Amino acid sequence: MYVAVKGGEQAIAAAHRLLAHERRGDRSVPALTLAQIAEQLTLAVDRVMAEGSLYDRDLAALAVKQARGDLIEAIFLLRAYRTTLPRFGFSRPVDTAAMLVRRRISATFKDLPGGQCLGPTFDYTHRLLDPLLAGDPDLPDPAERPADETAMPRVTDLLNDEGLIEPDPAETDAPVGDLTREPLSFPADRDLRLQALARGDEGFLLALGYSTQRGYGRTHPFVGEIRLGDVEVEIDVPELGFSVAIGRITVTECQMVTQFKGSAKAPPAFTRGYGLVFGHQERKAMAMSLVDRALRAGDLGEDRVAPAQDEEFVLSHSDNVQSTGFVEHLKLPHYVDFQAELDLIRRMRAEIAARQEAAE
Amino acid sequence: MTDMDDARFPPLSNSLPRGERGPVGGSGAGADAGVELNGALSPLVGESGREGAPGAVLDDQANLRTYSFAYLDEQTKRMIRRAILKGIAIPGYQVPFASREMPMPYGWGTGGVQVTAAVLGPDDVLKVIDQGADDTTNAVAIRGFFQKTAGVATTTRTADATVIQTRHRIPERTLQAHQILVYQVPIPEPLRYLEPRETETRKLHGLEEYGLMHVKLYEDIARHGHIATTYAYPVKVEGRYIMDPSPTPKFDNPKMHRSKALQLFGAGREKRIYAVPPHTDVVSLDFEDHPFRIQTFKEPCALCGAEGVYLDEVILDDRGGRMFVCSDTDHCEERRAEGHRGALSGESR
Amino acid sequence: MSAVATLPDAEEERPLLKVSRLSHYYGSRLGCRDVSLDVYPGEVVAVVGESGSGKTTLLNCLAGRLTPTAGSVEFRMRDGRLRGLFSLTEAERRLLARTDWGFVHQNPADGLRMTVSAGANVGERLMAVGDRHYGRIRSTALDWLARVEIEADRIDDDPRAFSGGMRQRLQIARNLVTRPRLVFMDEPTGGLDVSVQARLLDLLRQLVADLGLAAIVVTHDLAVARLLSDRMLVMKGGEVIEHGLTDRVLDDPREPYTQLLVSSILQV
Repeated sequence: MYVAVKGGEQAIAAAHRLLAHERRGDRSVPALTLAQIAEQLTLAVDRVMAEGSLYDRDLAALAVKQARGDLIEAIFLLRAYRTTLPRFGFSRPVDTAAMLVRRRISATFKDLPGGQCLGPTFDYTHRLLDPLLAGDPDLPDPAERPADETAMPRVTDLLNDEGLIEPDPAETDAPVGDLTREPLSFPADRDLRLQALARGDEGFLLALGYSTQRGYGRTHPFVGEIRLGDVEVEIDVPELGFSVAIGRITVTECQMVTQFKGSAKAPPAFTRGYGLVFGHQERKAMAMSLVDRALRAGDLGEDRVAPAQDEEFVLSHSDNVQSTGFVEHLKLPHYVDFQAELDLIRRMRAEIAARQEAAE
Repeated sequence: MTDMDDARFPPLSNSLPRGERGPVGGSGAGADAGVELNGALSPLVGESGREGAPGAVLDDQANLRTYSFAYLDEQTKRMIRRAILKGIAIPGYQVPFASREMPMPYGWGTGGVQVTAAVLGPDDVLKVIDQGADDTTNAVAIRGFFQKTAGVATTTRTADATVIQTRHRIPERTLQAHQILVYQVPIPEPLRYLEPRETETRKLHGLEEYGLMHVKLYEDIARHGHIATTYAYPVKVEGRYIMDPSPTPKFDNPKMHRSKALQLFGAGREKRIYAVPPHTDVVSLDFEDHPFRIQTFKEPCALCGAEGVYLDEVILDDRGGRMFVCSDTDHCEERRAEGHRGALSGESR
Repeated sequence: MSAVATLPDAEEERPLLKVSRLSHYYGSRLGCRDVSLDVYPGEVVAVVGESGSGKTTLLNCLAGRLTPTAGSVEFRMRDGRLRGLFSLTEAERRLLARTDWGFVHQNPADGLRMTVSAGANVGERLMAVGDRHYGRIRSTALDWLARVEIEADRIDDDPRAFSGGMRQRLQIARNLVTRPRLVFMDEPTGGLDVSVQARLLDLLRQLVADLGLAAIVVTHDLAVARLLSDRMLVMKGGEVIEHGLTDRVLDDPREPYTQLLVSSILQV
């Protein structure tokens, strides 16, 4: 006698108990604190905040812990939380020229007002595993200098003063799109494209950005500037008639200076690609600016032939919460569909066999 | 961890009216036998700072107040209802909607869950099936989600349900006018594999340019002697829009035709909702000389002896032993309760 | 040319396509300027010129693929009325494009579905206009494959397995299956070997005559124009510089540029 499989409910509960157990690991090893994650796995936390689209270090640290270090899972946790939050409004555009800069480099000018400032970077480290880090070695305090009053204008603003680069689009009263509140439709404007890229998967954007460098939609990019630091977030308070700072966030901005464009009428000027990401995420900001520029091909009258220039392709596949869900849904039962295919393939094979038999 | 303040875990909908539809625990109307009532809430939904670690499961009634009925806030539900109404007004047309991230992965039924959340009321009785069965893991997970967040009565009996969320099957029992069938849809666009571009497929729908669809069917016959589409078999709705019925086997297509029940389709990742209102024509595409046919099975269900139903193949051993049983577990159980027996069911159960 | 042989009846006196003072600019760059042209039923018009002369721009405007900057293009619909191409809705234009019109691309891959069988390529238009009988679609496809000299046993092969000449013939069959009244051809023999070209031209000439097709053929090859067309336009720098019966233009070119073209090409 056959008894149909039952007990999905118990199986799920047991699986989740086991998951919690494995997440904790060896109980004789002290549990990670959120402070440890937030302080020592900063860049993981930054990535989760950025792609989770929610600036909250503690929650991101919690998500990293709960996800056992699986960053896409952590991003998903944060997103699922974010989506339940009421939206009160939106901030004024952050002013990155007024950033409290921790790092600022330009690849286009050797020196410039405000200077180059390396800041905390893996660049120029020798990638040698450091056995000392197996322990908790004493570290010298970082060198500090008081913040000076020298302005640190953006490189693109300097170029713009000379008219050498296309100006930033003028601020308009047009409402800023929100792809978390309105379904994305194509063609998408740049506000929505940038929004999608800012929360897009770092690996995907990195590969696309890389592909533009290898000739799939070349843009001849120069890093005009990368800057990392804190900016104030301000919101307009209609009752007060002025804007109020509600906090400070760390962001990484990358301004890519790209292929110039001109015509008989308009003198040539460099074009731009833009990247702005929560936290310290240089790779992502750079990749984002490359892809942003590639996606502007249509606006700038270039042929759209490469994947990175194809807005539907890029925006439809950049979100890792979507892609991980759909790829992983293949784990779900598909008995019914598979049965339908089995039936057909058996029937077709039988027909061919019958034909062959008849022919013999 | 313990120093996290309340502000980080704000109540989900403290400023939103919940109306009169809040979860009401055990007072769900018509709480008949077999009805499961709402259990605990997931973390991060209450004032967990006050409770201590947000990892703690909250189960006291006070915390439910902070949570919208059926998880989604009322604003979002209204937005989804508007999309549903538009879908009903234009049968088979894919209505874009601002799909939300749900606490389950995209591709795992987030579209269906959002539609269900938007149509569910406290008096509804919910049934969730996946592959025709109530106890497949994903069906269990989704049913559990609505027990937690809406506290509605649930059932496995098709006849008792007012809302049925499904993945991949339509119940064998004919649905009635008071019932809503909510389909989980992975890829809503029937033309997607012929034309990957959304801008182009929308145009093709708009201009009713569907020749390509028949090219695909033509190719199947030319190459295989059959239309080789066995599930997600495209249909034409009310003589206008070509629609993907979701990956149900084509066996179920005829059940959609002029169904008395309202059929709603939700695709969360692709952000589309569409609908087939009651008594609407749903016709499977075919050729005059290669008419649409549903699958047939050589043997009846091994447990309940049912014929003319969709069967799952179960492999019994590694020597080719297999049996076929109803994919619709409720249908099978009901028949066995009525005394029907199949070849492999015991004499008494 | 033979097409002059039949006397035009009343219907044929009215132009099928009427082009008036058509210009197209790409931004400030000239594509073509001030072109006027009438095409009558059953008539083949060749547009010749070297690359950059504006002939492809003109063709794309006439076929509704480019919106002209100025001027008008009108087509006589089946109800006998002339309709402005750009006043049609996109749905009407697309319907026209898959029924009454054909468009033969220079590169067959642009006009074929390379991954579906030859039979489906030919049958697509029939299905697009509502034919729902597999057997009938297939036998029509077989008939058309025969007319363009493709073996019946290739019907289920896809065009990737075809030679360049076969692909072009398949593209032609795919276009003609709905018996269009007007066919646009963009260098239909370009990119083919000389011997393959000759065979294709022969076939085209016969089909055009058999079906009484009107066609507009863009080519840089005066031999193609002589073999296929009744009338021809010579374009240079975006403008039509000479226009007349094909035999007249080729045997007695008036414009110095045309004389140059004729002498430099036809001597070879």
